[in-house]
Amino acid sequence: MTSVRVRRFGDAALLVELPDLAAVRRVDDALRAARATSPTDPPPLTGPSDEPSSRSRAFLVKSCRGTHDLASDARPGARAATERAVWAGVEDQVPAAESVLLRVRAGTDLRALARAVRQVAADALDSDDAPATDRPLVVLPVTYDGPDLDDVAAATGLTVDALVARHAAATYTVAFGGFMPGFAYLVGLDPALVVPRLATPRPRVPAGAVAIADRFTAVYPAATPGGWRLLGSCPTSLFDVARDEPALLTPGTRVRFEVAG
Amino acid sequence: MTARAVAVVDPGLLTLVQDLGRPGWAHVGVGRAGAADAAALRRANRAVGNDDGAAGLEVLLGGLRVRALAAVDVALAGAYVAVTVERAGGAVERDGARRVRLGAGDVLALGRPERGLRTYVAFAGGLAVEPVLGSRASDRLGGIGPAPVAAGDVLPVGPPPPGPPPAGLPPTWPADEPDAPADDQRDVPVLRVEIGPHAHWFTPRWPGVLCAPEGYVVAPSSDRVAVRLDGPQIPRTAQALGRELAPVGLVPGAVQVPPDGRPVVFGVDHPVTGGYPVLAVVRSSDLDLLAQVRPGDVVRLALALSTGR
Repeated sequence: MTSVRVRRFGDAALLVELPDLAAVRRVDDALRAARATSPTDPPPLTGPSDEPSSRSRAFLVKSCRGTHDLASDARPGARAATERAVWAGVEDQVPAAESVLLRVRAGTDLRALARAVRQVAADALDSDDAPATDRPLVVLPVTYDGPDLDDVAAATGLTVDALVARHAAATYTVAFGGFMPGFAYLVGLDPALVVPRLATPRPRVPAGAVAIADRFTAVYPAATPGGWRLLGSCPTSLFDVARDEPALLTPGTRVRFEVAG
Repeated sequence: MTARAVAVVDPGLLTLVQDLGRPGWAHVGVGRAGAADAAALRRANRAVGNDDGAAGLEVLLGGLRVRALAAVDVALAGAYVAVTVERAGGAVERDGARRVRLGAGDVLALGRPERGLRTYVAFAGGLAVEPVLGSRASDRLGGIGPAPVAAGDVLPVGPPPPGPPPAGLPPTWPADEPDAPADDQRDVPVLRVEIGPHAHWFTPRWPGVLCAPEGYVVAPSSDRVAVRLDGPQIPRTAQALGRELAPVGLVPGAVQVPPDGRPVVFGVDHPVTGGYPVLAVVRSSDLDLLAQVRPGDVVRLALALSTGR
């Protein structure tokens, strides 16, 4: 079974550390599914830890060396019910480049949650299933008129037409969010289009700017300072608090760009 | 009868509508926000019979003046300020009350705190501004929720809570509460921290630096996003020099150390992900203390071992 490192991140969160984005995608999906199918009862409010002191001490010693992976101390059966219920204590699940953060309600049993998370994550990584392809596909129209087209073409040795064709040919996946509401880091960029960020960020990138940087592409949901290279613009609203699902691009969503006009 | 509402006469330096925050949206880049000193908002809410999560005002360094457009019970908690009530009839009352009944036309005015940073004002029934994604919290980093309150704003107040007004709550700010009046004898605030997920990026002597008895000075650039600390730099290990961390999800209280070695303690408006190693994490129970430290204050950090839960 694949071993997954689950660390405490303070007293109200766990950090699941993973080798790469593909693993993050699998584990993030699996954790979300586990939460969705868990009982909706409120999480158990635990009293003082019932761990034997020797175990606690071993944990603390490891902590002082900076390798405080929560000890794997599963007790078969006795805690199965608790482990199912702890999912309800998770309030936020934040995938990132090499990790998934689970932020929990006060009083949630972090040890029980860590055991449950480790199991779900290991199962997800061991599974032979191909990554999910039944995720929603969002097609975004893009006018390729960005100010950095010529520079990116020069840096990649492509013509502007070839650059645009390659950017619009791929099917991308939302790896994670962050940076600003509705912003989605899309993976699946043609390796020929990998370029570094601008040395000096622009003071203002307009809303709807379609950009690339490193191995990612993205659409800026709102105007902000930014250092990515701008290829074009997209009129689609990516974030609107009036919608039931305010963000159009949630982790796992597939995205294609379509040359407009 | 006039609708229940209060009109802002003067917002002071910065006054925000806050509740207990907006969980559940971090994966799409929306942080939780909410009252920086959540315990103080809860105390103020309870003093007027509200649910803990009712929206109130978070007032930075006092100075707020609001006029009641209809009678309303008000309570304060957090950084202690003198309270003045200018009655509609012209009389002026000054005292250290934490619970006040305002009549229509009365103006509540907050003085300046001598210590602490944020005072919370709860109105019986809670502020009924339009919620956004399930919360009335003002998130200044993400720009979600109500804008900072401005002079002339009229803030609707919900129907008064059912049942009699809460009895037995002390009408004045008790001296033994965290929001007690200034006390020169009080010690330097101590933030208890757990070892963070990236502590191995730093030389093993980091606890002696981060938790030195001299402490750190709160930098002027501190705000709801982060409290920045001036003091000894935390050195990285040789292997971690020049290394970059892949973006990682954050929590309030995360102590991030950028390459310059100066620790930054994230607050309630923290970005949902960050790109520098997290050396330590402040205990949840000490985040309220963090919300009340001022630029120039000295704070100490102390290593608290995990309780194993």
